Amino acid sequence: MRTLRVLFTAVALGVTAALNPAHAAVLKVAGPWEIAGTDPAQTGYVFSRLQVAETLVTANHEGNLVPALAKQWSVSSDGLIWRFTLREDAQFHDGTPVTPQAAAASLKRALAGVGVLSQAPLGEITSQGRDVVIRLTKPFSALPAYLVHFSTIVLAPSSFDAAGKVTQIVGSGPYKVKSLTAPARLELQASGRWWGGKSAIEEVSYLAVGQGETRALMAESGEADLVFSMLPVSVNRLKANPKLDVQIATIPRTRILKVNAASPFFDQIEERQAISAAIDRAGLTKVILRNADLAATQLFPPAMKGWNSPEVQPLVRDVDKAKELLATAGWKAASDGILEKDGKRFSVTLLTYSSWPELPPIATALQAQLRQVGIEVKVSVGNSSEIPARHQDGTLEMGLISRLYSIVPDPVGTLLQDYGPGGSDWGSMGWDNKEIQSVVEQLAATSDAAARAPLQSRAVEILQRELPSIPVTWSELAIVSNKRITGVQVDPLEVNYGLSAIRWAE
Amino acid sequence: MRNFLLARLLQAGLVAIVVGALCFVLMRVLPGDAAMRIAAGRYGPDARIAEAAEKVRLELGLDRPLAAQFLEWLGSLLRLDLGHSLVTGSPVVHELKVQLGASVWLAASALALSLLIGPVIGLFSGLKAGGAIDRLGLAGAAIFRAIPPFVLGLMLMLVFSKQLGWLPPAGFGSPREMLLPALTLALGLAAMSSRVMRNSVAAVAKAPYFAFARYKGLPESVVVLRHGLRNAAIPVVSYTGLQAVYLVEGVVVVESLFAYPGIGHALVHAVVERDIPMVQGTALLMGLMFVVIATIVDLLTQWLDPRVRRTA
Repeated sequence: MRTLRVLFTAVALGVTAALNPAHAAVLKVAGPWEIAGTDPAQTGYVFSRLQVAETLVTANHEGNLVPALAKQWSVSSDGLIWRFTLREDAQFHDGTPVTPQAAAASLKRALAGVGVLSQAPLGEITSQGRDVVIRLTKPFSALPAYLVHFSTIVLAPSSFDAAGKVTQIVGSGPYKVKSLTAPARLELQASGRWWGGKSAIEEVSYLAVGQGETRALMAESGEADLVFSMLPVSVNRLKANPKLDVQIATIPRTRILKVNAASPFFDQIEERQAISAAIDRAGLTKVILRNADLAATQLFPPAMKGWNSPEVQPLVRDVDKAKELLATAGWKAASDGILEKDGKRFSVTLLTYSSWPELPPIATALQAQLRQVGIEVKVSVGNSSEIPARHQDGTLEMGLISRLYSIVPDPVGTLLQDYGPGGSDWGSMGWDNKEIQSVVEQLAATSDAAARAPLQSRAVEILQRELPSIPVTWSELAIVSNKRITGVQVDPLEVNYGLSAIRWAE
Repeated sequence: MRNFLLARLLQAGLVAIVVGALCFVLMRVLPGDAAMRIAAGRYGPDARIAEAAEKVRLELGLDRPLAAQFLEWLGSLLRLDLGHSLVTGSPVVHELKVQLGASVWLAASALALSLLIGPVIGLFSGLKAGGAIDRLGLAGAAIFRAIPPFVLGLMLMLVFSKQLGWLPPAGFGSPREMLLPALTLALGLAAMSSRVMRNSVAAVAKAPYFAFARYKGLPESVVVLRHGLRNAAIPVVSYTGLQAVYLVEGVVVVESLFAYPGIGHALVHAVVERDIPMVQGTALLMGLMFVVIATIVDLLTQWLDPRVRRTA
């Protein structure tokens, strides 16, 4: 028995020693994004957010464009030739300088791929002296904003194989890749060559943790110093923890109901307005998102200056008004309470997807709320590609989606896609409005703030009245950091998490 | 013996072809456009998926005739080339090495832990069937079998990560990170194997040869070790083989919960994203592992009970 006891103690001591290795000075970061491959169009955001690779232009936390690898830029008077002058002191992690040739080669590759560049009216990308020169086929003021997108990160020639495929990420940011174990782990080390100076923390380890509850536990157990994207249900508990800091920012992402305005259910403006009036946004956001301020009373959240308009009539719940509007549109309640018109029941399928875990519960809440005005909704949860697929073949009736308006920091980029002729995958469907198309075209052609302001207000007004997509809730990003570190800031545009500015607390 | 191994080798070849063909057919009869799914898997839900899908379709030649695509896969297989993942672009072999490798480690640890717990409890329960240990063992088995793995995992995280701060709730790469997911799985497995062992031991304990060993005057430990354990182990070994197979393919929930990059998690993604080479490669390797595990179990059973060999 005594031998057993000695043995047990020895094993217990050994296990404890093995389980508690000395605290190494590695900044441990956890987030929900898996790293599936190294193609910038696929996972460039991980490398841009963690400051491994940089773009020519970046955005500050207010959403203004600021220099990154390009120290300045200018456009010719006809608006067709843009010149981006590179800074002289930038180096790739392999020690080679960031040349305009290398930058142009990276951008050409991005243009040929699936990223945002292929959506801009780009003609030719060349290099000249210290400049990257981009020729456009028509004036396009949002070009610098497009160059913030992660698919345009500038990589060293050594990142590509002979076929032009990205085999490793050799960027120019403050951190270089030490090891990558796809899909879950990325280890970084300070590059020591960054033009912006030395980073205070030498090593960073990123772990992809898909489950929100596990991420919360990572923060609470001290196993992660910085955790991104917390679930609303965990936020209050984390706020109460004295070892942790929680920061929250409203991000330019809105959950909207995409409706098929070509279908007999949503072809009249009254029908779309009725749906909007039937939605209890405050209740939804309070219960599911735990923050009633996220009720989307218009398409763009207040943080998007110039795009959130205090003048438009806010979208609020008014069940009687909704019923009235539906009656005006010719819908009458049948014996079971469901509306009918010309022998057709108001019964629609609401398609959504689970890439965003909050979408399915919001969809079922909407189902119950729409039932109150006599609309029967069947909720179907599928893959995110079903929405564009059903948009293309015209069979989508209603979709609940999460739409990002800062894919590039200027929402004009998204509006051009979403409300152009014929609509788009994540935008309008069966809704063609010449005025908004012209307004957005004008916005895309001018970068003069004074000229843009009235156009932006007009665009918001049209979208608020016509409701080609019905705003439901805005979104926020919650970040938890351990008190071991300071200097953490939330970037609402999620372009760059500013790791290089984080320090160990004294 | 040689015939036995040869038969198993043939079986493995057959499994490879059948599994490959089945996956090929099943993945293509699934509803939905494969190019769209692949594009969504690659570029995420914010991308312009319809346009990306067209590029994907061209790049991967998804429009080619099915027979040509299947023959191509079979040809590559003969050259031991499993192809490249349609989503990540890296070789399937590399993905399997990381993710199936991680799963095999997790499964082996879970199985080892469960063998430390289950059969030991089963042995003591079975030796005094109906006694206090047996009843406690039954209650424990019922509880741990009834709790779904994700609840059990969360409970273990709350205790060992949040309260005690001993173990990380997620991650991979070292034994420290493996312990919690392995324990979550092991408790569920041990719940079953303890009862299999208990019944088996109880049956042996009632057997005339067991009583005879005692009448001979052998010490209790020798009776149990020499005459009890070996006989009682046969059903447990077979059952553990089944559990090993279940572990490798069926631990998706635990892998997702603990952010462990295993094959279950990867396979679910691959099916959703229509990553056909990845699904075929994974299914193929899992099929072969099934054959290997079955072979090991058969060999162990023969060694434990020579009568099997004589009647075979």
